[in-house]
Amino acid sequence: MLQETGTEWLSQEVKTGTTIIAVEFDGGVVLGSDSRVSAGASVVNRVMNKLSPLHDKIYCALSGSAADAQTIAEVVHYQLDVHSIEIDEDPQVRSAATLVRNISYKYKEELSAHLIVAGWDRRDGGQVFATLSGLLTRQPFAVGGSGSSHVYGFVDAEFRGGMSKEECQQFVVNTLSLAINRDGSSGGVAYIVSIDEHGTEEKVVLGNDLPTFFDQ
Amino acid sequence: KMATLAVRQSPVGGFSFENCKRNAVLEGEANKVGYSLPAARKTGTTICGVVFKDGVILGADTRATEGMIVADKNCSKIHYISPNIYCCGAGTAADTEMTTQIISSNLELHALSTGRVPRVATANRMLKQMLFRYQGYIGAALVLGGVDCNGPHLYSIYPHGSTDKLPYVTMGSGSLAAMAVFEDRYKPDMEEEDAKRLVRDAIAAGIFNDLGSGSNIDLCVITKGKLDYIRPHDEANKKGVRTGDYKYKRGTTSVLTKSVTALNLEVVEETVLTMDTS
Repeated sequence: MLQETGTEWLSQEVKTGTTIIAVEFDGGVVLGSDSRVSAGASVVNRVMNKLSPLHDKIYCALSGSAADAQTIAEVVHYQLDVHSIEIDEDPQVRSAATLVRNISYKYKEELSAHLIVAGWDRRDGGQVFATLSGLLTRQPFAVGGSGSSHVYGFVDAEFRGGMSKEECQQFVVNTLSLAINRDGSSGGVAYIVSIDEHGTEEKVVLGNDLPTFFDQ
Repeated sequence: KMATLAVRQSPVGGFSFENCKRNAVLEGEANKVGYSLPAARKTGTTICGVVFKDGVILGADTRATEGMIVADKNCSKIHYISPNIYCCGAGTAADTEMTTQIISSNLELHALSTGRVPRVATANRMLKQMLFRYQGYIGAALVLGGVDCNGPHLYSIYPHGSTDKLPYVTMGSGSLAAMAVFEDRYKPDMEEEDAKRLVRDAIAAGIFNDLGSGSNIDLCVITKGKLDYIRPHDEANKKGVRTGDYKYKRGTTSVLTKSVTALNLEVVEETVLTMDTS
């Protein structure tokens, strides 16, 4: 059967499908994401790291339109760079989140990307901010992307305050694994970033090393 | 006062709709006299790139289509960006051609300004920022590859402005066929001949399994010291020589009679118009 144009891929926007999550613990944050980028029904990148650094100890998680999310992250990375030189110290997580929120709000009709900003600073320790649709709210944890709707029940039931860094990492990996299982637009590997006052640690969990649940 | 390299125009914010107005006017005028504007020529296409031990290899087919008709059987889809950076283009042929030329020009000015060999990441940034500014209306999907001071790099760039930095990429209507070949046989740190064979096979998969791709396979091998623009690397679809001939030999039909009548024409008038060759 002949396709009429064969160029659907040109007009189909590249989306990051996605499951992203960020969790705060006492002394830092843990961010997690899957790695699938899709254009229509085709996976164009199966190993994309959606945890993008905005500064040494501030990261953001990308979801939605790949171009919009990448551009916002790169613009804010640049703006934070200038800002941190101007104040001559490491920027606050709230400042980074505000910069992301300003772009998301001003161009909310034109853009379709959601970024979760999380990091550690000296003043307030570990913080997670959601910037959906241009709001700015600090939360103990945040999930986003198409896969997040499959795991709202899990995160609401399983999250506890006062978890340690290792418990947070396990929580993040479990959430990602469940979402990847149920959401067609999420898949690949899991990227985990842990930020605390001592530094930033990036980790990759390959597909077959992800935790399995009763039906696997 | 020192001379400034001020030829580059800094980009104005937002999408400029000036040409859209002009196009609408032209289309209206054309429709009034019964003509329709020609459809944009798309390159259908299979393009791909791979990072190997010493550098990158870019590959492309050579078919350009206008709807379901092949407009060009041997077009060149691997475009020059700088001596150490080349870019394959899929999508609207004019868009890929002009976009790569604009960025190539700006990159040359930038390199003169910095006094350094241009980096692939710079070309990537320039391309993605321009494509994002046009919100996907410039239908250029690119595979950008090159070798700079930080080693070999390969990027895929989508019309809306997102980019991916990967060891192997494919784009175009034949990208799924080419990616299947890569996912099966790619290995990190391949030798040049193995990598060339892999890219050739990936493009061949696109050519033979995708209607929008066809004809020959072009390759571009970029390494630190050397650049090889191999066009064509493989004439996979050379036009065959006919084995038979439909011409009948003289005498197949026997001649019964033959008569010749001369046409006696009279020259009535002769005028000579000289061409102005000055």
